[in-house]
Amino acid sequence: MTKPRFLAEKVDAPAPRAGEQPIDYSVPADDDVKTTTCYMCACRCGIKVHLKNGQIRYIEGNRDHPVNKGVLCAKGSAGIMTQYSPARLTKPLKRVGERGAGEFVEIEWEEALSIATDRLAKIRATDPKKLAFFTGRDQSQALTGWWASKFGTPNFAAHGGFCSVNMAAAGLYSLGGAFWEFGEPDWERTKYFLMFGVAEDHDSNPIKIGLGQLKGRPADNQAKFVSVNPIRTGYSAIADEWLGIKPGTDGLLVLSLIHELLQNDKIDLDFLVRYTNAPWLVINAPDTEEHGLIYRNQEGDPLCLDRDSGTFVDALQPDIRPHLVGPVSLPDGRPARTVLDLLVTRYLDEAYAPDRVAPQIGIPAETIRRIAAELADVAFEQTIEIKTPWTDWAGRRHDSFIGRPVSMHAMRGVSAHSNGFQTCRAIHVLQMLLGSVDCPGGWRYKPPFPKVPGSGPTPSPMVGPNQPLAGMPLGFPQGPKDLLIDSLGRPLRIDKAYSWEAPLALHGLMHMVIHNAWKGDPYPIDTLFLYMANMAWNSSMNTAGTMDMLKDRDPATGEYRIPYVIYSDAYYSETVAFADLVLPDTTYLERWDCISLLDRPISHADAAGDAIRQPIMKPDRDVRAFQDVLLDLGARLKLPGMVTEDGTALYPGGLRDYILKHERKPGIGMLSGFRGDGTEEGRGKPNPDQIDRYIANGCFHEMEIPENARFNRFGNLDYLKWATARGLIDNPDPMVLQLYSEPMRRFQLAAEGFGDRQPTNEHDSARIRSFADPLPIWYPPLGEAETEDGYPLHALTQRPMHMYHSWGTHNVWLRQLQARNPLFVHRATAAELSLLDGDWVWIESAHGKVKAEVKLMDGVHPGTVWTWNAIGKRKGAWNLVPEAPEAKSGFLLNHVISELLPPREDGYRYTNSDPVTGQAAWFDLKIKLRKCTVEESGATEPSFALQPRRGGAFDRTVRYGANIKKGAAE
Amino acid sequence: MTSLPTEPATRRLGLVIDLDICVGCHACAVNCKEWNAGGHMAPLTDFDAFGEKPSGVWFNRIHTFEAGEGADGRTVHFPKSCLHCETPDCVTVCPTGASFKRAADGIVLVNEDFCIGCKLCSWACPYGAREFDEDVGVMKKCTLCVDRIYNETLDTVERVPACVSTCPVGARHFGDLGDPTSSVSQLVAEREGYDLMPEMGYRPTNKYLPPRPRKVGSGGTNGAPCHTGPVAEQADLSAHPFLRWVDRLLTR
Repeated sequence: MTKPRFLAEKVDAPAPRAGEQPIDYSVPADDDVKTTTCYMCACRCGIKVHLKNGQIRYIEGNRDHPVNKGVLCAKGSAGIMTQYSPARLTKPLKRVGERGAGEFVEIEWEEALSIATDRLAKIRATDPKKLAFFTGRDQSQALTGWWASKFGTPNFAAHGGFCSVNMAAAGLYSLGGAFWEFGEPDWERTKYFLMFGVAEDHDSNPIKIGLGQLKGRPADNQAKFVSVNPIRTGYSAIADEWLGIKPGTDGLLVLSLIHELLQNDKIDLDFLVRYTNAPWLVINAPDTEEHGLIYRNQEGDPLCLDRDSGTFVDALQPDIRPHLVGPVSLPDGRPARTVLDLLVTRYLDEAYAPDRVAPQIGIPAETIRRIAAELADVAFEQTIEIKTPWTDWAGRRHDSFIGRPVSMHAMRGVSAHSNGFQTCRAIHVLQMLLGSVDCPGGWRYKPPFPKVPGSGPTPSPMVGPNQPLAGMPLGFPQGPKDLLIDSLGRPLRIDKAYSWEAPLALHGLMHMVIHNAWKGDPYPIDTLFLYMANMAWNSSMNTAGTMDMLKDRDPATGEYRIPYVIYSDAYYSETVAFADLVLPDTTYLERWDCISLLDRPISHADAAGDAIRQPIMKPDRDVRAFQDVLLDLGARLKLPGMVTEDGTALYPGGLRDYILKHERKPGIGMLSGFRGDGTEEGRGKPNPDQIDRYIANGCFHEMEIPENARFNRFGNLDYLKWATARGLIDNPDPMVLQLYSEPMRRFQLAAEGFGDRQPTNEHDSARIRSFADPLPIWYPPLGEAETEDGYPLHALTQRPMHMYHSWGTHNVWLRQLQARNPLFVHRATAAELSLLDGDWVWIESAHGKVKAEVKLMDGVHPGTVWTWNAIGKRKGAWNLVPEAPEAKSGFLLNHVISELLPPREDGYRYTNSDPVTGQAAWFDLKIKLRKCTVEESGATEPSFALQPRRGGAFDRTVRYGANIKKGAAE
Repeated sequence: MTSLPTEPATRRLGLVIDLDICVGCHACAVNCKEWNAGGHMAPLTDFDAFGEKPSGVWFNRIHTFEAGEGADGRTVHFPKSCLHCETPDCVTVCPTGASFKRAADGIVLVNEDFCIGCKLCSWACPYGAREFDEDVGVMKKCTLCVDRIYNETLDTVERVPACVSTCPVGARHFGDLGDPTSSVSQLVAEREGYDLMPEMGYRPTNKYLPPRPRKVGSGGTNGAPCHTGPVAEQADLSAHPFLRWVDRLLTR
């Protein structure tokens, strides 16, 4: 049992005292309360919306909801002001002026949908890939990806490519789960919590609840919280130990910790043998096509050397005692070594010794040694036991779960560096070596995870005109055969995902779409269809250049190089100004949504859960929910799965219909709860009452995992059966965690000249050989190449806890907390540059420059400067006055980040991304500072032409609540 | 000028704020704003809302600052609202009786009907906890959610100040600080909670809990820093330092 989050005493109302103001305490807070799911950021908290006189009186956290348990952050609490924002779009718009100028005429929905349908129908009938459909921070990728697949374009992805795909890919290919979305620390039981970076709008309330719980434990059950982060704000401020490392060196730190643990024999060999591929045999036959691959039998099953029999046996069978250390001679005479042997050999190398790496990381070697010793002490000397009997995959009974209570979490920082995939892999290897994966006190999966590491359908290429894809656009490559490249090795996708440039780009590269479409590389497109992503502003690198690309015309034809842009947003964002057709979306309180187990659900370690949004109020504008519009467009285009054989719409009621009726596989739909007759979970026929049942249940549903199925789930038969029965996984086979990533090695082999699909140039080959290492490596972030040329400082951004990208920053209440963003500089660094608080500086990179006001601080790595993300706005955007501080002093670091790396010898420029996953490398940035003259100070640059204001009329003074109180008095 | 209650309040209701775990997320401030925007002192007017100098009435504000430098430095998040002092000058300076301290529970309130907007109270308050609503010319302030804690239309669990209810880390507690046996008083005693600027003599009711000592070593039950000596020093490990694992029988 955990203690209550807060103390609150019940007190009876006092009797009125003579002479004191009499107060009517018991004014009803509402005349109606509805539950739904918050969307003020990506966390999916449950909320209760109190309505009074048809107006929102109060939004609070839903106490019954598994994500937030009644709490609500600043963003969620400011939902009222987003609902009533004067920046809301009010009607479909058609561009009449130049792109970017923000000149539109309002049109009716029928005209808007006809324009879109005609355009898309032509594309589909000729060359479906010429539709690039990229959605931003939405939570409906199960729908949008399916829609793209039915349309037949492979050019679909969501914002993951510029968010954290390298971490998702590292987790999914190593553990079959991932930080944040697909796993969480065991907050209640952990004794040592190691956090690498963070994005404070990711898992925001669960992390805060967890940290509060962890730090508030009684004296006999304390835990230590170590934060690895170049900046000491937010969570790092309450850490027991803050390690202010140099940006991008997390991986080196982790590999050095691994070195220390190996040196000191502090690894969990039993765990490694039983649950990971440690005993698998890696063929050691240099210059052959199987060098580095796993030794397998004819069925493809991995083999290991059984010490008892001296024979090579199926590595997946139980009770064998596999050989671990020392060379092996395979029956065919080739030598081999176990994965563990290779791993240990690599990381015992002195190159990873604390004394060697400490100067690069920026913390003392002694600290690295101490942290390693602390990890070992907690993992091996402070084990915990939960006396719940369980059965492993082989049918063996165990009396209890043993916990190695070291838990970890990682996010931005790691996710925004070009070495993030390998860094995150290193963290997962550390977890495996400690035997602390899905154990009590460790990091634990959230269902539907774990899944077999790296498993899943492969990405689907385009089939042809008027044809759907054979599968989904995004998937899980196992090697070169699954890349989306043509016979000449050229990318098939507009963003070059799943090409040699980004072989494991599981979420695509949304940040490259505009650049590539503009350049016609690998090919030109016709229509760019965007949803909820501010790509003409804070979601793009090289923002000014991106705006120019959207505006650029081919001088030969006079046409825009990106011929047509359709954009759906609820608000008057910067990107609206660059659209040819604007489809105005609803707010999150006016719509249906499905937070599905097929997508990014609300599960936690002890339960699988999903949720819905329901409309709390009707829009007072001529707007439509994007998902409804998408299904309408699909029906108009007669896309398979969206119309019946006679061509009538299958989901005339929009997303609500789709949630109720759609089946992805027989019995598996968008929602897992109340299926069939209303009692079935996970699998079951569609139930017309399902949504009503969700609403009655607070707009969510949970499938609680039995106590014997809550840990070691990769090899826990009780769990594997439970999950299979509910459709979370296809079968109850055990899953083997991957220390060594064979798919990586397959890419490397191709780059070494083996197989029928090889990189077509030495540059690509060299990158793959270097970066697709099957065991974690560390390399300096690629974007730091200019370091030697006079850009000595790292520059980072953070998200404020109270804002979510640009959608949160225009909110009337939240912008009072922050309407400008200074550049934070360490005092010592500032002193060297003669900078004082309030000075203005040019932030200069090899790519460009931007001007900002300086704020000095102490708690930051001295070689690092940083600012808050997405505060700066284009003048007039979001219906703010042109003089707004967001436009005058708020700035985007994006202006100095290039979407491309410096040219290679032949002039080609790679994307500024992780070379394995295509993850945007926002944090590889190096800069220098130059003090502004007095004349230059006072306003940021670059500055852009006014975006004509658009949106509802508003009063300068907001008296929200006055009429609620008046209503109460009446 | 306005008198304080002649007898000590039966109860001293207030907040306990835990600086050990406050991460400065502003949840309490914004949730306070939204509850109170439609509550007892509604509205909490916002000025120049979409303009150059956005500002507004807030009952609760978070201050973030750094203390100390180098290894001793820390970042402090400090939420601040009315402390509902035992002897508040903001009340005694009030010329009309608008500002008053309740005898029954110690809550300091403003009766808008009597407030003439002279701002003497805001000058008197050393904590800067008063908020002037220039739109209506009235001083406003934290009510300790008097319209929640006693509101019989709310579920019992909801009868706590909005800031306490919403705080994600659980850094805020509510109760009777005049009763030494109350759970909040015991928490304050246990954690050595303190008064903000006690030297001013206003005897604030709200208490702050200081950061706990940072854990050294590996924490947990062992507590003490541990340092495992390198095995390499303990055994002869010739070719492979990990040859010591060769003879371990490990079963899958």
